[in-house]
Amino acid sequence: MTGQGRDPAFLAVRDLTKRFGGLTAVSEATLDVREGSITGLIGPNGAGKTTLFAMIAGFEQPSAGLVLLDGEEITGRKPHDLAKLGLARTFQIVQPFAGLSVRENIAVGAFLRLPKRRDALALSEEVGQRLGLGPQLDKPAAALTVAGRKRLEVARALATRPRILLLDEVLAGLNPSELRDFLPVLQDIRAGGVTILMIEHVMQAVMSLCEHVHVISGGRIIASGEAAEVVGNPAVIEAYLGPGAAQRLAAHA
Amino acid sequence: MTLRETLPILGFLIGAVLVSLFVTSNVVLNFLVFTLILAIAAQGWNLLGGYGGQYSFGHAAFFGMGAYVSAILQQRFGVNAYPAVAFGIAAAALLGYAIGAMVFRAGLRGSYFALVTLAFAEVLRILANATEITGGAAGLLISLNLGAGNLQFADRSSFLILGAVLLAFGMLITLALEKSRLGAQLVAVRENEAAAAALGVDILAVKLSAISLSAALTGAAGALYTQYFLYIDSNIAFGTWISVEALLAPIIGGAGTVFGPLIGALILQGLSEGTKMLIGKIPGLDLIIFGVLLILVVRFPLHRIPGLLAARWRGKGTP
Ligand SMILES: Nc1ncnc2c1ncn2[C@@H]1O[C@H](COP(=O)(O)OP(=O)(O)OP(=O)(O)O)[C@@H](O)[C@H]1O
Ligand SMILES: [Mg+2]
Repeated sequence: MTGQGRDPAFLAVRDLTKRFGGLTAVSEATLDVREGSITGLIGPNGAGKTTLFAMIAGFEQPSAGLVLLDGEEITGRKPHDLAKLGLARTFQIVQPFAGLSVRENIAVGAFLRLPKRRDALALSEEVGQRLGLGPQLDKPAAALTVAGRKRLEVARALATRPRILLLDEVLAGLNPSELRDFLPVLQDIRAGGVTILMIEHVMQAVMSLCEHVHVISGGRIIASGEAAEVVGNPAVIEAYLGPGAAQRLAAHA
Repeated sequence: MTLRETLPILGFLIGAVLVSLFVTSNVVLNFLVFTLILAIAAQGWNLLGGYGGQYSFGHAAFFGMGAYVSAILQQRFGVNAYPAVAFGIAAAALLGYAIGAMVFRAGLRGSYFALVTLAFAEVLRILANATEITGGAAGLLISLNLGAGNLQFADRSSFLILGAVLLAFGMLITLALEKSRLGAQLVAVRENEAAAAALGVDILAVKLSAISLSAALTGAAGALYTQYFLYIDSNIAFGTWISVEALLAPIIGGAGTVFGPLIGALILQGLSEGTKMLIGKIPGLDLIIFGVLLILVVRFPLHRIPGLLAARWRGKGTP
């Protein structure tokens, strides 16, 4: 199923498990992310999506399992080391440097690969423009709207020049027109050679962006495949709508 | 760092030279030298506390280290003042690194960090009070040996210039930090550690650099104190008073700004001396006044003023 060895995935997660005391938030999760893809990770609230991201990005130590980036094992490495390796994440609950301007916020990311302030600020400006934050560059990050803060999360991560971006619900809370503006930005990032793994509840976005989708429920990966195929999967429908829902839907149709 | 950004610092230096040339009152000069020593110690605190958000309550540890190591080397081992002061500064930096390695590695933050630094300073004070090489409770007197070669001056105006040069140097370091990658990362750590880590900031390394630099500068203030007064004891060098003033001055004058520590030190010393003149010397009165001042500053953020002026200054030339 995993195609391991034959076609090594860019990001490979193997049997990753996280236990918080008695609660198993993520249970033996295995998934692949192909290089250059936009891959979706969907699942109901509390399914373990954010915890899975946190383990991949080094913010939580896995209880068991492996993470491989481009064939190299990276399980349990420090977040800053992973950022240097080219793995960047955003936070579902946005974490702006509230006291700094938008430009300075993005520059912190840019400084990862650019030691000179002039270069970092230039990249910061460029990424800010690309993410549609141009007019806000010199405003304090605390003054941004929800949509602006989500863009800032992505901008900062992108300024680290990652090879893979883990986006945790960056589209949540956006209105339809903000959503329409943001989708091409994500496609543009991928076109620039950055692989994307995104947690998303907005199904419209998942369907239009992701070629491949993994579904997690109760800490387990219950389905993987093409977006259209996965949303029709009875197990997935039941995970979202409750036991028996797939049958009831089929009976209606 | 551009020339224009260093102009205010240059202005401060020129001002200090003019004062040293025209002011003859020993009382005023003494006040200014002491204020400069405080401002240097506070500038050290500012690097770690103001920019890095790590509020140390124990910068006396670094002040005392700089003061004692340079004093002991001169008095007990006959080392010349210049290398003695350099060793004092290095010892303070090393102590900063060591304390940082322990407390930051243990993940101590906020009030835990503050309390542990306070404890380190207190332990050092007690040790200095009890050991022989430090002169114990009697303190340590440096033999009078006037001359620029020994970094001892008969006139206070020379010390004024020395202190001003040292503080200007501290300000330049601060300004350079502000414009550097380390500075950006340090401020990011202050604002949000998780976000900083996600962006590739090595939190521990950044904090260790900051505390070492911070300790070195505060240690330099301690060494300057030794040269000026030629006497230290454990309550002076490792006393809580310097921890408190090194922390209050930047908070009152503007934490995380280049000029905040100097402005704060002037306000603190001005108030302290002013009340002494008006009411007479009452032990503990300083602290009461500082406490009231702190409440006022926290309530009314006047300390933003230097920051706002700096922003205006920076904003002037930009299109
Ligand atoms: N640090 C923690 N300690 C204890 N339990 C935790 C911790 N973090 C997450 N959990 C629990 O683990 C489970 C999975 O949480 P997680 O945040 O990963 O879900 P999610 O899929 O991201 O949900 P959402 O869609 O609401 O963001 C939840 O039951 C949550 O309460
Ligand atoms: Mg989540």
